[in-house]
Amino acid sequence: MLKIQNLHAGVENKKILKGINLEVKPGEVHAIMGPNGSGKSTLASVIAGKEDFEVTRGKILFQGEDLDDMAPEDRAHLGIFLSFQYPVEIPGVSVTNFVKTSINETRKAQGLGDMPANQMLKLIREKAALLEIDRKFLSRSLNEGFSGGEKKRNEIFQMAMLEPKLAILDETDSGLDIDALRVVANGVNRLKSEDNAFVVITHYQRLLDYIVPDFVHVIHDGKIVKSGDKELALELEEKGYDWIKQETVV
Amino acid sequence: MELKEKLIASFMAFENQVDLDDPVHEMRSEALKNFEAKGFPHRKMEAWKYTSLAGLQNVDFSLFPKADSDLEYRDVKAYFLHEIDTYKIVFIDGIYSSYLSETTHDGVDICLMSSALSKPMYRPIIDVYFNKVASREDSLTSLNTAFTREGAYIYIPKHKAPRKPVEIIHFSTGNEAAQMLQPRNLIIVEENAELQVIERHQSLTSNEVLTNAVTEIFAGKNAIVDYYKVQNDASTASLIDNTYIDQKANSQVSVHTFSFGGKLTRNNLNFYQDGERIQSTLKGVTILGEKQHVDHHTLVHHQQPNCESHQDYKGIFGSRSTGVFNGKIIVDQLAQKTNAFQQNNNLLISDKAEVNTKPQLEIFADDVRCSHGCTIGQLDKDALFYLRSRGIPEKEASALLMYAFANNVLESVRIPEVKARINKLIAQKLGVDIGFDL
Repeated sequence: MLKIQNLHAGVENKKILKGINLEVKPGEVHAIMGPNGSGKSTLASVIAGKEDFEVTRGKILFQGEDLDDMAPEDRAHLGIFLSFQYPVEIPGVSVTNFVKTSINETRKAQGLGDMPANQMLKLIREKAALLEIDRKFLSRSLNEGFSGGEKKRNEIFQMAMLEPKLAILDETDSGLDIDALRVVANGVNRLKSEDNAFVVITHYQRLLDYIVPDFVHVIHDGKIVKSGDKELALELEEKGYDWIKQETVV
Repeated sequence: MELKEKLIASFMAFENQVDLDDPVHEMRSEALKNFEAKGFPHRKMEAWKYTSLAGLQNVDFSLFPKADSDLEYRDVKAYFLHEIDTYKIVFIDGIYSSYLSETTHDGVDICLMSSALSKPMYRPIIDVYFNKVASREDSLTSLNTAFTREGAYIYIPKHKAPRKPVEIIHFSTGNEAAQMLQPRNLIIVEENAELQVIERHQSLTSNEVLTNAVTEIFAGKNAIVDYYKVQNDASTASLIDNTYIDQKANSQVSVHTFSFGGKLTRNNLNFYQDGERIQSTLKGVTILGEKQHVDHHTLVHHQQPNCESHQDYKGIFGSRSTGVFNGKIIVDQLAQKTNAFQQNNNLLISDKAEVNTKPQLEIFADDVRCSHGCTIGQLDKDALFYLRSRGIPEKEASALLMYAFANNVLESVRIPEVKARINKLIAQKLGVDIGFDL
């Protein structure tokens, strides 16, 4: 589904990603871990098409299609979803209206008409229940005055509505208390299928107790320096990232 | 002949058309003298540094209205708030249109300035209020006073509230190559009375129009007045709006100004607080393109203790448009416990657009809360990426962000149909259909 080959990317004169290789197949959950500043979030942004970053070498293929120079909205229309670490506040636009716009723009790009209102309503109810979101929340302005937990839950709600093929969760666990974490993880687990894939970016092992990865990759200084199964995450938790850093230097 | 000379020379002709015995004629003559002495404001004056009237003064404006234009309601329906029932005071090329209007004398007077000036029964009111809060120093206000003849007259006695909002609409049909209009409105809302007004100037052709309007509003004790100015005029129409508001104790007056078009618009909005526990609200959304220019000059004069003022102006400037915000707040020594808030935020969405913003605070009391802030920026790239990553195309995503930027100004709009109309105008102005009613 996703193939990243020797990806180099950065901003202006600063190189951040220095040769990432990663393959994600349908039905898989990949965790990407690493210390602060290692390039985790940059990788997420580059896959989603953030124009601040320039890809200097290598490429990203999604379902065989080269994403080079593709606009973020076009990537979204192909089925790529990024759950943001810091979702943006949009006063005056309700969660419901935002999600409707998002879904209908995606349908438009796929040559479909707007989703019928009753179908939309049913879908919203169903997905809101999945994430234990109440109806009042849905009429609030998007992310405005939301707590950290509400923002993240809302991100996963949007993901549930859009049903992407590839979902990248960027530090979805940061700022979450244990109850919120459980709700979010539960939502993700219920959405998992043979046809979709998840890339979970996190600094801590904690989230991976709930969303169990098939593969764990450690990024350091813009490269994947170690890959393994979920045991690797536990080892990192125990030994810290210094161990990886030292190993890399050696 | 330059416009100033032409105006002065035409005053004698004007005098032949009005009743020289009416209660305001002496004020007209005085005002003409002031205008004659001062002339049009120019860019060497601090208050007019960024707005030039020089171009307009070279236009050969017709100064007197010609009564030969009729409009069918269906042709201009779109400019009315037709979703709800309203009183209407409508002028076509400066002349009252009884056909398009709906006035009343049922407990309240919603009618014409010309009647109020000519009928003896209104004289006591005119004597007390006319030209009492409007500036006698400002040359453009004086110019309007000198040529006072027509406009809206609204009188809401104590404890009364009209059943529906009042629309004041001025149409220009282009029956002259270039026309100057000078409507004069007098609005009195007495103790415990209420009023809602929607005002609009609309040119229907590409012929040049210059409107120099003066509106005086008197809000008595506990009165509530909401005033909405919709400025979405043709690109050959210019407006100088001079609004003066006198507020007594416990009154609440709000003025919302929606500036979406016109060649040159200057809003001089002046609030004078004359009592305690007054609330004054000044809000604006400006969205401009082309070479349009809007200048908001606000003044809030806090003269008594325990009052509030709340100003929030948002501007979005594209193409080669230019904007000015100058917000002056005066807090007299007596006006302790004043709470004055002022905010002006601007988005520049083109490299060639320009905004000049200036807060101007003169505070003579020591126990007050005055806060002000102004920003000029561009669309937040991270926010744009967020929306685009959800599949919303760049243009729609930008529009959504601009809408969000201007949105909180609309929260205080108390007529739902006005809010819906403004939302529609904003979407139209931003050139998008974002799939739901904003």
